[in-house]
Amino acid sequence: MTDVLETPATAGPEPEVRDRADVRRQIKLVVVLALVLLAEVWFKLAIDDPTVYQLFKGPRTKENQPVEFDGTLVSWIAVALTAIALLLAIVNRFPRGVPGVLVAVAVGVGFYGAFLMWAYADPTGTFSPAMTNPIPGTIRIATALVFGALAGVLCERAGVINIAIEGQFIAGAFFGSVFSSFAVVSIASIPLFWCPVFGLLGGVLAGVGVSAMLAFFALRYHVDQVVVGVVLVAFGYGITSFLLGQIPDDREDQFNNPGLLEAVDIPGLVDIPYIGEALFGQNLLVYIAYFSVPLVWFLLFQTRWGLRVRSVGEHPKAADTVGIDVNRTKWQAVLLGGVFAGLGGASFTLSTGAFDKEMTAGLGFISLAAVIMGRWHPLYAGFAALTFGFLRNLKDQLSILDDKVPGDLLSALPYLATIIAVAGFVGRVRAPAADGQHYVKSD
Amino acid sequence: MRLEIKGLTKKFGSFTANDSIDLVVEPGEIHCLLGENGAGKSTLMNMLYGLLTPTEGEILLDGRAVTFDGPGDALAAGIGMVHQHFMLVPVFTVAENVMLGHEQTYAGGVLNRSAARKQVRELSDRYRLAVDPDALVEDIPVGVQQRVEIIKALASQAQVLILDEPTAVLTPQEIDELMGIMRELKAQGTSIIFITHKLREVKAIGDKITVIRRGKVVGTTPPSTSEAELAEMMVGRSVSLVVDKDEATAGAPVFTAEGITVIDPRGHMVVKDVSFEARAGEVLGICGVQGNGQTELIKSLLGLIRPDAGRVELDGKDISRHGPKESLAAGIGYIPEDRSHDGYVGAFSVRENLVLDLYRTDEFSAGPALKLDKIAANAKARIAEFDIRTESPDALVSSLSGGNQQKVVVAREFSRPLKVLIASQPTRGVDVGSIEFIHKRIIAERDRGTAVVIVSTELDEIYALADRIAVMYDGRIVATVTPDIPREQLGLLMAGAAPEGTEVAS
Repeated sequence: MTDVLETPATAGPEPEVRDRADVRRQIKLVVVLALVLLAEVWFKLAIDDPTVYQLFKGPRTKENQPVEFDGTLVSWIAVALTAIALLLAIVNRFPRGVPGVLVAVAVGVGFYGAFLMWAYADPTGTFSPAMTNPIPGTIRIATALVFGALAGVLCERAGVINIAIEGQFIAGAFFGSVFSSFAVVSIASIPLFWCPVFGLLGGVLAGVGVSAMLAFFALRYHVDQVVVGVVLVAFGYGITSFLLGQIPDDREDQFNNPGLLEAVDIPGLVDIPYIGEALFGQNLLVYIAYFSVPLVWFLLFQTRWGLRVRSVGEHPKAADTVGIDVNRTKWQAVLLGGVFAGLGGASFTLSTGAFDKEMTAGLGFISLAAVIMGRWHPLYAGFAALTFGFLRNLKDQLSILDDKVPGDLLSALPYLATIIAVAGFVGRVRAPAADGQHYVKSD
Repeated sequence: MRLEIKGLTKKFGSFTANDSIDLVVEPGEIHCLLGENGAGKSTLMNMLYGLLTPTEGEILLDGRAVTFDGPGDALAAGIGMVHQHFMLVPVFTVAENVMLGHEQTYAGGVLNRSAARKQVRELSDRYRLAVDPDALVEDIPVGVQQRVEIIKALASQAQVLILDEPTAVLTPQEIDELMGIMRELKAQGTSIIFITHKLREVKAIGDKITVIRRGKVVGTTPPSTSEAELAEMMVGRSVSLVVDKDEATAGAPVFTAEGITVIDPRGHMVVKDVSFEARAGEVLGICGVQGNGQTELIKSLLGLIRPDAGRVELDGKDISRHGPKESLAAGIGYIPEDRSHDGYVGAFSVRENLVLDLYRTDEFSAGPALKLDKIAANAKARIAEFDIRTESPDALVSSLSGGNQQKVVVAREFSRPLKVLIASQPTRGVDVGSIEFIHKRIIAERDRGTAVVIVSTELDEIYALADRIAVMYDGRIVATVTPDIPREQLGLLMAGAAPEGTEVAS
């Protein structure tokens, strides 16, 4: 009897079969790009007078007046870019990886330009609104988002889901204001410049405090992390509103009139036209944010502590079997996350003024979205936070054009776009494998 | 280092997992720990490694009593362990996994990755392990992952190395390599505790064999003890190691797969143009090392995932677009490889699990209501027929032993008239008694004229059941052979070697 009945195939080339996921990707790209192209063409055709006014060089003064600008070219470049991308998608040559992201960003920027040209076109005379530089507003909003995203990255890399960033923001904002006000009024020995820095300390303490509650319930008592997080947000809103109500009107100065962080120009860099003032004429907190993103990356990916934090978030039992104290490591990461979330919270009051109820307005949840869109990586999450800051700022800027663009719709659009982007194109995002799981040692 | 265990006992509530265990491992000895699934081997080792605290008894190293608060203490004392489920972080590199816990650093806790790489390379060269320190663990085959685990233990200067069921995931060739590595380690003075339930292996490598049954040491014997004797010590009664079956009378092809290709979510082609046919009254065994596409192939046959190319036919009818519900209704019986995940609902009772895929039928429901009396009667009959050891039909399936859980799954699948039976790892984690029973039922189903497809990584099971053997390697069926093929040759095929003496018939 023969042993071998048949040998259908030994190692050879893989069969030529197209991955269904690849087909889906192509369809998605073609549909979305076609819609973008249609929108851009419509923007172009809806313009009667392509003249727009722009004021990108700093604030409006007597010398610095809006300049006329012909938007035709911008609209056509946008259409051309999208058309090229669409063609690439149709023949399935749309690049993957980093080049793909670059093409997508180029199309996005083009769309932004075409949209602006349409929104600001057809001026009604010298009083019509002018386009202004988006960078300062973006940085202002993104500062808090970047800190929040870093807090989220640190916690989730250690396997603790942190929904409570919003709660840390509101607590940080309140106590930042209180500490700063207190320093201004009551501690005469501190120079005025350093009072808001004292406020930062208040923000940090508040952020770490909320983190400690999260860790206490989630790690010590194994309460579901999402539930604890939601409760802490409600708690943060409630307790700060209550405390605010307890401040008597006549003592407002003492408790809720913070000194603001002063802008510090970085010599040289601040003189770069268009972007210098916006990026390097900022206050201390903004510079801390710039510095924190690479710092967190370094901590997580280049140090012993970071290796342990990530191992605990991916495979706690493996960490345990080499003698790492899983819950202690998680505690450390969550508390450090609190430092950043608290700084983010403090930026609400120390950059803009007195604390007001629920002033963080859900930005903590946007940071959480930035964590996911940034794939739990500090650098990408930082960029995602910048993107969200940009979109939020765009909404503010366009609010003066209410008759052309309904503001409420506009405020919803960025998030809709995000959901589409994350669900459709960011791909299978992989969270730390043990994110949100309790680690219980058997005994 | 001499390891001595005296009267070690571990109780979980009222259940005694280990009952007063004594064991001595001499320096440079390979000591085999033989026992069935659930006999308490892993519990014992987890106590040795500091993962569990003993209820009673003591552990002595070179005559000194030691207690471990955690695995860190055990590691520091020179005990290393290669776990059955690898303790490796998949997204880390080999070097990162090896350094984790005792990291080489520069000042300030900054990782010194080049030192870690160098250590991995040195150990890899010294014990001839051939491991690349920069590879991501999730990208390397399980056999290599296991060597990473060994390097991890060696890097922390383990003098006693515990290997917990290390051969379960390996090809016969990889098992030979592992044994070579174990001999190398032994020659350099490391003591090894080798845990397994495979008789062939303990006889091949062991210096001493300790058999454990139901948490107690049955005895310690030299490796010259016969397999039959060892099996009897392990199970507690004499067992027949072969399944009695008549020659198959293969009928017409009932179930055919043609050009099945599956691409997984990560974009890897895991099943490559696989075609086969299953004939009525015949067992087709698909054998291969785990992770060579069997899981995805079976899921695509059932309609649990949609293949990216190819068609599946039952009785000449295309069923490629069927979901699992239609596939089952068309007459496919399915025993999934991971029963706790796909086979039963642990929080449901035995009674409910026995009708999980039948409750829709007129027999067990009328409109939206279930016919509870019929379901209860069905449960009673199945429990008797399949000898399911359960306190009552209302007991939760999760409270049963592995063997009885599997019998619930088997009983349910056999309660429908089947044209094809697809069974994936039908006896994984099942005690010897239940293995015998399940094998007999599968053969009985074959004799009734059902086409049977068995997927197994255990060669013993393939030889016991299959009338034809299809070997899967790297997503392809590389050969279809008769079961009189020698073990070594089958092992070579499973490792991807081209078949020798290829007189291709039929």
